[in-house]
Amino acid sequence: MARKKKEVLDARAVERTLKRMADEITELNHGTDNLIIVGIQRRGVQLATRLVGIIDEREKATVRRGSLDITLYRDDLQTVGPRPVVGPTDLPWNLDGMNVVIVDDVLYTGRTIRAALDELTDFGRAARISLAVLVDRGGRELPIHADIVGKTIDVGDDERIDVLVEELDGRDAVVVVAREDAE
Amino acid sequence: MINALGKDLLALEPLTTQQIQLILDTAEPFKEISERAIKKVPALRGQTIVNLFFEASTRTRISFEFAEKRLSADTVNVAASGSSVSKGETLVDTARNLEAMRIDMVVIRHGASGAAQFLAERIESSVINAGDGTHEHPTQGLLDLLTLRDHFKTLAGRRVCICGDVLHSRVARSNIWGLRKMGVEVAVCGPRSLLPTAIEELGVIVFDRIEAAIEWADALNILRLQLERMTAGYIPSAREYNRVFGVSRERLERAPRDLLIMHPGPMNRGVEIDSDVADGPHSVILHQVTNGVAVRMAVLYLLAGGRPELAGAAKGGR
Repeated sequence: MARKKKEVLDARAVERTLKRMADEITELNHGTDNLIIVGIQRRGVQLATRLVGIIDEREKATVRRGSLDITLYRDDLQTVGPRPVVGPTDLPWNLDGMNVVIVDDVLYTGRTIRAALDELTDFGRAARISLAVLVDRGGRELPIHADIVGKTIDVGDDERIDVLVEELDGRDAVVVVAREDAE
Repeated sequence: MINALGKDLLALEPLTTQQIQLILDTAEPFKEISERAIKKVPALRGQTIVNLFFEASTRTRISFEFAEKRLSADTVNVAASGSSVSKGETLVDTARNLEAMRIDMVVIRHGASGAAQFLAERIESSVINAGDGTHEHPTQGLLDLLTLRDHFKTLAGRRVCICGDVLHSRVARSNIWGLRKMGVEVAVCGPRSLLPTAIEELGVIVFDRIEAAIEWADALNILRLQLERMTAGYIPSAREYNRVFGVSRERLERAPRDLLIMHPGPMNRGVEIDSDVADGPHSVILHQVTNGVAVRMAVLYLLAGGRPELAGAAKGGR
């Protein structure tokens, strides 16, 4: 059976969306003071780097960028077994009083963000934590919502959203793919 | 197979290069957790681990305990003295009683070679060998590998010489297996009375003179000379041992390159290693201790949980 693939955002659309998200981030946090952008491993990290680049350029600022691997905070470690490779967490600041923006590629069940919130708490008491995602695909299993959304895409349970980033995948795009049964 | 490592970690000898690589790679991100203000992640929440130490140990026991606590496991320490072991209970009975209280893992240190495997075959919990007799001490071997990799970036082709009492050393055996599997050239150096016969069969070079070992090696792993060996007649005296085999600054200065200095501890300063070497610029002895916690966290994490039959229900969440 042929697998259906549909490109929802191409490279230029991704670029445009990130620029708008960057503006919304600075607006939401009243500028760049005490701002820390934290990308979730893996593709959230690349998106966070892009956002920081755009904000730095527009605001003539140097915004801090961290990365977070939430593997050790997952709620399904005992059922699926350990993921073989845990990615690096890089957050060498105390978050007390900071405005933290979590960046992820796709918001789905909300469980990753739940884990990320738990992990961030261990790094200090932020003044505010907000969430920016490139794609919100619905299907939440927890009471979590994004403050800043690049694009809302309604897809069924039988479909998967892949965010491609140039650093890892060779090009920027958002693609809807039919989920294989085995997946 | 339950997970990438199986149920237990008993020795490095049966592991594949890929499995050792996986443990070392998994240890990398765990280093960062010990640098945090709150040194704790919830990965092993709800898991109960018993540290069963039938031999004296400070470093290894505390290192395991920190690793367990930083992963949020619940831990209980049992020492042979002061427990029912001193009343004559057998190892298996002790472990079965613990298991009846629903534990998930046992970390065992025992004076008899093979004790960890003996236990692993008789209980359902995961067993981690924290040193059994003169057999193996796999987590020490792994932390030595991690320390070498930190400094040399790649392991293959490097030369490591293990110096001293190889005959009685489980650290030496775990090192030889681990290093060989990672493509490191291994030598041993010490008095013939403290080297196992036919040690060459493990694929190691033998040096009778420490000067020759220093000239050859990129790193020295200097073993503790257990002082009780003197009374057993293996060597004439600690002083003579130091004069012939001790690693001193003068000897290292004649080496063609800077050597990395490792020691599994506890050290006998002035016997197998001089103080100015132990505290010198090329000593990574304390780095080994720091890496010990990360490696043990990686092993605990990789052995924990993992019930694939439940995996389907949890898949697909983001």
